[in-house]
Amino acid sequence: MQFSEYFILVFFLFLGAFIAACAIIIGKLLGFASKDTKNKFAPYECGMETYGNARIQFKVGYYLFALLFLIFDIEVLFLFPILTQFKMIMAGNTALNPVIVFANLTIFVTVLTFGLAYAWKKGILKWE
Amino acid sequence: MMIPSVPHPLGDWVRQMIPIPELAFLANALICIIAICAVAIGSAPILIYMERKVCAHIQCRLGPMRLGYRGTLQTIADVMKLLFKEVYAPSGADKFVFYLAPMIVLVAPFLVLAMIPFDHNLQVSNLSVGIPFVIAVNGFGILAILIGGWASNNKYSLLGALRSGAQMISYEISFALVLLFVVMVSGSASLMEITLSQSGTILDWWIFKIPVLGFLAFIMFFISSIAELNRAPFDIAEAEQELTGGYHTEYNGTAFAMFYLAEYINLITISSLASTCFLGGFFPPLIGVEAVDTILLKVPGFLWFAGKVVLMIWAYMMVRWTFVRPRVDQLMALEWKFLLPFNLLLLALGAVYIAF
Repeated sequence: MQFSEYFILVFFLFLGAFIAACAIIIGKLLGFASKDTKNKFAPYECGMETYGNARIQFKVGYYLFALLFLIFDIEVLFLFPILTQFKMIMAGNTALNPVIVFANLTIFVTVLTFGLAYAWKKGILKWE
Repeated sequence: MMIPSVPHPLGDWVRQMIPIPELAFLANALICIIAICAVAIGSAPILIYMERKVCAHIQCRLGPMRLGYRGTLQTIADVMKLLFKEVYAPSGADKFVFYLAPMIVLVAPFLVLAMIPFDHNLQVSNLSVGIPFVIAVNGFGILAILIGGWASNNKYSLLGALRSGAQMISYEISFALVLLFVVMVSGSASLMEITLSQSGTILDWWIFKIPVLGFLAFIMFFISSIAELNRAPFDIAEAEQELTGGYHTEYNGTAFAMFYLAEYINLITISSLASTCFLGGFFPPLIGVEAVDTILLKVPGFLWFAGKVVLMIWAYMMVRWTFVRPRVDQLMALEWKFLLPFNLLLLALGAVYIAF
């Protein structure tokens, strides 16, 4: 049976979580517990009496930045495979036509740059 | 290190000793895990000591001096203190998610460390999609901070987590675009291939190989990686003066220690990434004079790698204690209105440089 390069990473995926779980359990076992009072469990908000729930409404601006992030992250993801081969394509070592590839890339990036410019003009990038 | 394509003396020896391939694989995996744990968990206390000393000397203080020789045992004492602190969740906290966050925050640094080529044959896993994998895995850190802040039922935590999420996803784009630049010029996304493409003299490192562009890309990487690391000057997520510590306000004892540990392991992984992509990885800085080069080549590669990582970490520490923190709106403007357009331009110039 041949193991692939990815298989070992399964161990590493759980390694960090395992270490943290062990540390928290050790902390639970070793930690000296103080008396359970109401103030001990109160959220620390600089000593003032806490009021209400912390799951409050927050600015819609965060969502807009997340949407922009999605667009550009997917752009990066799409560019990765073609740019990995970019040197080979430009040297003419593949079946693809270098001029067409370059033109396609330019169009793709330009459209997204216009998207950023549009968001900029609309004032989404302004943080208030 | 020894799985399965990279030959390594220790891995070969284990394979010879254990005839069953599955068992040999498990044994090798165990060796890899122990080695990576030793690197990560062993160096974090040293880095914390180093940070305290660097910070102290910049501020004309001496730093920890009392425990051990010049305060070297101070970090050990701090770890002992954290072990004996009580771990509890505040009232109203989502307990399951609250304890899940410190577990998730440690996933990313170990996965990235497994990808780093420390020497010619010292690498756990050589994926052909190394760079996209690193970027994808880095997302775990953002997730952990977001859910940790949300679960704490503390308004400062929530604010810190949201700010941190907005900051990290924004800078992730320029981080990814700079790495994309490296992938484009080196023609491979595998971290080992990227390192091997920088063999030769010091001028073959990607920071110097492409005139001006390489250096600019390195600066861009440096700026966006500081934001990725949530370190000052881009530490609005945990700004003590405004948010009393941000997303980890409510964590204590070992749960808090995990966030702290992850921060310092991340420092190692990002510095390793910088030295792999820009500073020639495990290659010595050869200058083309044979008498000097033969001496430089006698030093093993992983020592050169460690030296470059320490240099990068020192640079991060100097920046942290020298610059002031920008406001949150200035930070977002810097990314979206300066770094991102500049990165796209850099990518275009790099493409033109390769094409012609």
